[in-house]
Amino acid sequence: MSSFLAFTLFGLFSGAAYAIAASGLVLTYSTTRVFNIAHGALGMVMSFVFWDFSVRQGMPLWLALFLVLFVVAPGVGWFIQRFVTRGLGEGPVSVSLVVTVGLLVGCIGLATQIWPPEPRSVQPFFPGSDVELFGIFVTAHQIITIALSGVVAVGLYVLLNRTRIGTAMRASVDNPELLKLFGGKPEQVAALSWAVGTSLAALAGVLLVSTVGLDYYALTLLVINAYAAAMLGRLKSLPLTFLGAMSLGLITSYASGYLPTDGLLNSVRNVVPALFLFVVIVAMPQAQLRIGQVKGIVSAPQPSLFRALGWGGALLLGVAFLATAFGESKLLLLGTAATYAMVMLSLVLLTGYGGHVSLAQLTFAGVGALAYVKLEQANLVGLALSALIAAGVGALVALPVIRLTGLYLALSTLAFGVIMEKMVFQAEFAFGFNGTLGAERLSVLGVTIGSTAAYVWVMALFFVLMGLALLWLRRGTLGRMLIALRDSPAACGTLGLDARWFRVGLFGLSAGMAGLAGALYAGLRGSVGAAEFQYFNSLPLLLLAVVFGVTSVTGAALGGVGLMLLPVFQSSNPSAAGLIFAVIGFGAVALGRDPNGLANQLFKLGRLLDRRFGTKVRARIPVLPAPGEAQRRMHAEAEANAGAEPSLTSVGLHADGSVDVPLIADPSREVGAHAAPRG
Amino acid sequence: MPLLEVDHVVVQFGGVTAVNEACFAAEAGRVTGLIGPNGAGKTTCFNVISGLQKPTRGAVRFDGRKVTSVPVHRRSKRGMGRTFQRLEAFGSLSVRDNVRVAADIHRGVLGAVRGLGSSSRGGVDALLERVGIAAYADERADSIPTGTARLLELARCLAGDPKLLLLDEPSSGLDETETDDFGDLLRDLAAEGRAILMVEHDMDLVMGVCDEIHVLDFGSVIASGTPQEVRGDAAVQKAYLGYAPEDEAEPAHVGSAEHPAESTRTDLPVLSDDTTVLPPVGAGPLPGGAR
Repeated sequence: MSSFLAFTLFGLFSGAAYAIAASGLVLTYSTTRVFNIAHGALGMVMSFVFWDFSVRQGMPLWLALFLVLFVVAPGVGWFIQRFVTRGLGEGPVSVSLVVTVGLLVGCIGLATQIWPPEPRSVQPFFPGSDVELFGIFVTAHQIITIALSGVVAVGLYVLLNRTRIGTAMRASVDNPELLKLFGGKPEQVAALSWAVGTSLAALAGVLLVSTVGLDYYALTLLVINAYAAAMLGRLKSLPLTFLGAMSLGLITSYASGYLPTDGLLNSVRNVVPALFLFVVIVAMPQAQLRIGQVKGIVSAPQPSLFRALGWGGALLLGVAFLATAFGESKLLLLGTAATYAMVMLSLVLLTGYGGHVSLAQLTFAGVGALAYVKLEQANLVGLALSALIAAGVGALVALPVIRLTGLYLALSTLAFGVIMEKMVFQAEFAFGFNGTLGAERLSVLGVTIGSTAAYVWVMALFFVLMGLALLWLRRGTLGRMLIALRDSPAACGTLGLDARWFRVGLFGLSAGMAGLAGALYAGLRGSVGAAEFQYFNSLPLLLLAVVFGVTSVTGAALGGVGLMLLPVFQSSNPSAAGLIFAVIGFGAVALGRDPNGLANQLFKLGRLLDRRFGTKVRARIPVLPAPGEAQRRMHAEAEANAGAEPSLTSVGLHADGSVDVPLIADPSREVGAHAAPRG
Repeated sequence: MPLLEVDHVVVQFGGVTAVNEACFAAEAGRVTGLIGPNGAGKTTCFNVISGLQKPTRGAVRFDGRKVTSVPVHRRSKRGMGRTFQRLEAFGSLSVRDNVRVAADIHRGVLGAVRGLGSSSRGGVDALLERVGIAAYADERADSIPTGTARLLELARCLAGDPKLLLLDEPSSGLDETETDDFGDLLRDLAAEGRAILMVEHDMDLVMGVCDEIHVLDFGSVIASGTPQEVRGDAAVQKAYLGYAPEDEAEPAHVGSAEHPAESTRTDLPVLSDDTTVLPPVGAGPLPGGAR
């Protein structure tokens, strides 16, 4: 009985801390429509700051607490709202997700860089002053935490319902534009809610740190608990959020107390919050299609098939050359790069074309690898089956959230990643905890590709084939539908497209591509384990894909190489290990608004060079396509990229590739553009 | 039986009743207008009919069957098409591809996967020609003027050959000549046997083109009839002007005492003519409207 009480008490304690974190999340989301995935990461950084102030610099506890909660955290929150997330709420959800994931990874990198790993501990408040209550010991820290959650609840209620700015906050949830018309200042409201929200994340972090430990990841991922709680209140209702947090705290506590310590149920203990999140999301009611959509997104140019084939061939030649020059260890790295590049191709399909975000793409690769190993069919049939299994799993993940919007789909992939890793990958029937499984090299038509060099080349071949298939798909009917669905789901619905099944198919196809990459990777390494498909690594993968350009095959190739180089660079510069993550994270924060990424800058450079020197070069080498060919191709590119550049047919394209500015282009269009709306 | 019947539909958002027991119909081969002051619930009605908004109560019947709980895309398959007041063109696609994708969707995803060939470019271009935007075929849809984008949405609907066209303020953004052409196009489309239901603020267009008009105010239908009948209806004039000229023993007095002339709900100009408050056809566009 007393153990039950003890578990209840612990559940209430952690529930109270989750409630504080979750209410901050709800506050920022509901006022600015930006779901801050980095909420927990901010709490983590703030806990480190608190440790730095109180332990390292030896400030009095109250001063450190005051500085963190009322100076540093609100300042950081204000800064983030002002310079990072401002205006993201009106944009596509994929962009705000990528930016806040960037923030998360950046925070972890920053914390690792400033406070390198070493044992640290933070004492609970008033250590030693325990009280005995109904036969169990209650620490002062626990009582303070539970009381503070009450204070936060009351404080938020008063703020939102009894103050002027609180009324403005609630108004800005409904319509920031209208609020502006009535003299409110949505920007001020947003800044305040981010300041308060970050402060609450800091408070939750500081309260939990004595139990959880000062750890970069544990505190960051505690945010999953906060998400789960906030989801129960559908990211709107604070009372329901508190209820969700308390129930989650209790369930987690009872699970750790009463679940058996072996077998499958043992692993459930680690994934209770993720399961809770999954269940809550699945149980949410149907989302309404949003009308009044964001307008088209400028996509990277689509190369002509001719050009794509050329580049693919060049890539294969390059890899063949490298494969002969490299030793075994470098070859393995090259193969790893090819794997990442293929996984990023799956993101080009899902995120770049489809506008959806998956936070578990590496998990799907893991499913493919596991299937390949378990099938023991090291041939093309086994490879295809592995990809199919991964595709099926991907479709299954998308199926329950089929009715919901992109944000929930992304969050449920995060929960899925956690569940898969803890319950499946680490289980005895799969890779096992810290274990590995042997895999055979792929054989094609009975010939085993034994040499690593040849195997890596085959992987590059798969990348090229997948890239070509993707470009072909994008140019065709399905590609147009994908873009249409991304631009306006409501219009697609009224035109007769069942967006839900289309989305499941898209998700499955993307997961299948990642699974194929994973299966090939298993064959490359010869042995694979759960550690290679950690769900957390899906986040830097997503970020690098976006930074290098998630709308183009080129971006995927570059991103794959970049992600492969990360650990190489880290091991050669251990002192800058955190810095690299910080750079990637904050780089994604800076570049996340443009999904075309660095690859598009390359394309622009290429076009610039072509404009400068193209004609001369072509004149000297008659084999190269004539200017007419270039014009046709540029036309196709402009069609996809005409955000800034108007269409070339009506504007006029010169042989050297320069474009007339359409000031005097088409009189009828001038009339149309200036016809004042009326009626 | 009319092609479309809206039967005592109620839509509530929290405590606000946007549509209140609305009943009206649209018949095949006819252009039906749905007018009313701002906030009368016209667009909400469209959302209910097309399936984007679930009504709190009431039923929608289309083509002899109840469709109230049929999802959006199935209603479209049964022959409904709509355009949006706030544009929903596929901004990243060219104008031609906007229509092409609609035609592809109409043929079904499976047809597209089987690669039965993309929709014929000729058919798509003919549609663009028909609504008069062929000159924009290669432009990106988010770079064209508003009026053109509305016509594009119409062309996109027509790719699915719908029996019922729901047009939400289709003429805003068009100039006078374009509006006239648009009126002719609507008559043609109706003559092909389609039912057209149109929310519109341009009274010239509404009065000149519609066979029947339903007037919505505070979510309820307050009048239905031919343009002539609606124009003379006291309730309509009251809804638009804030007072009905019929009970004007001393109109100026009534107007100034209870409903000041600068009432915010006034969409139509106050004319001195006693019997015809709505302007005669051809009097030029009206100010105001949903902007």
